[in-house]
Amino acid sequence: MMELFGMSATLIVLFVGFGLMIGVLFGFFGMGGSFLVTPALLVMGYPSRVAVGSGLAFVFGTSVIATLKHRDLGQVDYKLGVSMIIGTTIGIEVGKELVLHLETLGLAGNIISVTYVVLLGGIGLFVTYESLKGRSGGVDHDVDADAEVDADDIPDIAKKIQSYRVPPMLTLRGGIEVSLWMVLAVAFVTGLLSGFLGVGGGFIRMPALFYLIGVPVPIAVGTDLFEIVFSGGIGSFLYAQSGGVDLSIVAPLLAGSALGARVGSAATSLVDEEGIKIYFGLMLLGGATAVAVRQVGNAYGIDVLNTVSFALIIGSALLVSGAVVYSSVQALREERNPAPSTAD
Amino acid sequence: MFGIDSLTGPAYSAAIVGLVLGEAMVLYVGYGGLTRAVGTRITDAIGGRP
Repeated sequence: MMELFGMSATLIVLFVGFGLMIGVLFGFFGMGGSFLVTPALLVMGYPSRVAVGSGLAFVFGTSVIATLKHRDLGQVDYKLGVSMIIGTTIGIEVGKELVLHLETLGLAGNIISVTYVVLLGGIGLFVTYESLKGRSGGVDHDVDADAEVDADDIPDIAKKIQSYRVPPMLTLRGGIEVSLWMVLAVAFVTGLLSGFLGVGGGFIRMPALFYLIGVPVPIAVGTDLFEIVFSGGIGSFLYAQSGGVDLSIVAPLLAGSALGARVGSAATSLVDEEGIKIYFGLMLLGGATAVAVRQVGNAYGIDVLNTVSFALIIGSALLVSGAVVYSSVQALREERNPAPSTAD
Repeated sequence: MFGIDSLTGPAYSAAIVGLVLGEAMVLYVGYGGLTRAVGTRITDAIGGRP
């Protein structure tokens, strides 16, 4: 078997292919780049710290590329972003220590898996439900840079939180005033998720910035991306110290996802995201089921369930990224070769 | 692997983060160039010329 950097060529091709699919999803939906990476690595038998640490390093690389693409949007609130880094760093450190501690108890894989099932399943149900009702579920990263946010659009809960004036107060873009402690709390929770699960945390941070702090959506999107670069970078650094980042996993995943992200973002101009979003929700449910199946397999010693779990993760990603690519090709062909109109 | 095995502690971690950052930048520039060079030809091949 041919080897490169100590890895079999088959495994490298598998990671590049998986990264390609994840990249298409991230480029198209603007989120979800890391949901399936850590569970896939856990199912493949990597230790928890390697699965989470390598997932975080992958998120870091992906967010650097996304930031380079969006660097001219000017939607980042740097004061908010820098303030959040403190809470994020503490959260990641606590999350990492939690993983390492659970590893010594032999419980890390189980607890991380259960958290994934609850989180992926919950978000998957929400996105699927919203899609079925014809509403936009999840987070849209592709927003109008010049969009003005009406003060009436600030959610009630954010207004309530803004009314607690515990000093020091931060003045954010758009004249929003919020207690620094609230910002640190949101950053801590998202950092904890990043450090514990190896995800960017954008799917929690973005809604939290909007619903809890009242940050306008375009600025929440830009600041979220800024934060993911830092949370991914800091998380990778912390996990690398305990040997948790495996470059032979990260490098091929990133190579595939960077290409896939270009395909996915090109597809956004051809295909309506709402038409495919239900598949995204189903994919998350597929991921949650895969992790649950693996847990059952481990608990009862049924090896074949590990294979089923792996097939579910790869199959879910393949189904949705395939739907994006197929719909794009169809749309492109229809656009280039419009069907001749028929006269009655 | 990747010539950083001799490093330890924070230097090793910094090298890991640096390598991922470097790869991301190389991929951004490389795929960007590739897209500019062959993107239109691939789009034409898939969709046909308008």
